Amino acid sequence: MHFAAPLTLRSGASLRDYTIVYETYGTLNAARSNAVLVCHALNASHHVAGTYAGADGVATKGSEGWWDNLVGPGKPLDTNRFFVIGVNNPGSCFGSTGPMHTNPDTGRPYGADFPVVTVEDWVDVQARLFDALGIRELAAVLGGSLGGMQALSWSLRYPDRLRHCIAVATAPNLSAQNIAFNEVARRAIVTDPEFHDGHYYAHGTLPRRGLRVARMIGHITYLSDDAMEAKFGREMRNGTLAYSTQAIEFEIESYLRHQGDKFSEYFDANTYLLITRALDYFDPARDFGGDLTAAFAPARAKFLLVSFTTDWRFSPQRSREIVKALVDHRRDVSYAEIDAPHGHDAFLLDDPRYHALLRAYFDNVAKESAAS
Amino acid sequence: MSDRKDMELIADLVPRGSRVLDLGCGNGEFLAHLRAHRQCTGYGVEIDDANVLACAQRGVNVVQLNLEEGLALFEDQSFDVVLQLDTLQHLRNTEKMLRETARVGRIGIVSFPNFAHWRNRVQVAAGRMPVTRVLPYQWYDTPNIRVGTYADFEVLARKDGLRILDAFGIQDGVAIHRWPNLRASVAVFRFDRG
Repeated sequence: MHFAAPLTLRSGASLRDYTIVYETYGTLNAARSNAVLVCHALNASHHVAGTYAGADGVATKGSEGWWDNLVGPGKPLDTNRFFVIGVNNPGSCFGSTGPMHTNPDTGRPYGADFPVVTVEDWVDVQARLFDALGIRELAAVLGGSLGGMQALSWSLRYPDRLRHCIAVATAPNLSAQNIAFNEVARRAIVTDPEFHDGHYYAHGTLPRRGLRVARMIGHITYLSDDAMEAKFGREMRNGTLAYSTQAIEFEIESYLRHQGDKFSEYFDANTYLLITRALDYFDPARDFGGDLTAAFAPARAKFLLVSFTTDWRFSPQRSREIVKALVDHRRDVSYAEIDAPHGHDAFLLDDPRYHALLRAYFDNVAKESAAS
Repeated sequence: MSDRKDMELIADLVPRGSRVLDLGCGNGEFLAHLRAHRQCTGYGVEIDDANVLACAQRGVNVVQLNLEEGLALFEDQSFDVVLQLDTLQHLRNTEKMLRETARVGRIGIVSFPNFAHWRNRVQVAAGRMPVTRVLPYQWYDTPNIRVGTYADFEVLARKDGLRILDAFGIQDGVAIHRWPNLRASVAVFRFDRG
């Protein structure tokens, strides 16, 4: 969807003449009361669920949406009952206006000049999209990780436009350690000789090396120590030592390089910089002297928070801080701590306890939507 | 606390419209009852995954926490009533939890199996640990790591400066006010910080 009216961003800059791509699943009911927004995290898109058909009309292998195990007909977020919307955020690289698109002011790709976007800006864009679609109130906003931050932000910026806020594996802000990981990733990209100050499109190159390293470090932090040990341990590529510092010796090296290679082929380096910055900046308590309870005063939605015991990047403690702020305001909130071994990545996996909980919660949301 | 009559006897202690924190809320049945019949609001706290799910299915607010880690999530005197029903006997830090209950709630209500019930006494006198409806476990597999009596609780409450507002036993769904330490298999206390 194209938006001609400029959007003023938190930074004071504005985005004019932008396009937002989105996907929908299921049917909006007559009362327009069953819409659920699913917010994406760092490297995902509006393609939440389902598959894309190839030219032969058959689903293309590997084209499943990033949360296809959760969203779909008969799934925990059941598209037979809900009208689910996935929105690609501006600054991303999956179709919505981003750094690879033409800057209307210069006629050249934005590159590094794409304005810094924040979680709040994304939420504002999403709200504009719903205005345009004629959806005033959402049954729920759901997100994990950075997507969870968007769900929380919805509850603060548009408290009367969502009934339920479901935030999974998220945090009220990033810790110093988390910002540190993001900074290492950004430096890897920015110091790649092919980066060209972010204007690599004009040079016909891509800073793939930097992006690979960025992805490798990110990937390490999404897994738990135990999960990595279980999956790779000290498994060798070949049975014997090559006594090489450059060759791939351990399976974990092979895995990380593969993940890095794959990522650098489809993801945009400027987008990586922008999205990690949005993560760093998110901090609703900042305007309240660090008082998270004060920050949550406007919230009116009912909340479900979920964390995973082995997630050291967005640890259970961070979710409990949010629970506390909500309890202080006597808001309806439920909180589950899922004892899953997979680390941060657990939010995208189909742990039966996790999915049963979301199914139960959405069942109740559906009953309410039908009653309203 | 599955017995409906037990539940109603304890629900009668909860003022209408109270803001309630139910520690060890199980499947959320009691909170749902308080919400439906006494217009209460609040949260359950539960550690068990299956119970957390059951609460979610009921639409009862539940916070998954280990009570042994304390109640740092909850501010002083932020609830009208804090319940600890059939929970206390599972906790290592029984006394700490009791103090936390009194800190967070204006009123605390506890219920637990009364070890001094005459049936238990008879079994102990015969030389065996009791196995009854209220204490259905064998000594080697019981989750009840704290066994106490109605009379013991009175002593502990006094020690911690708690004022007992109401106390009775429950036996077969009936409140027992005379000789509850002997006649009741369940002990119930309502208290505040005095």
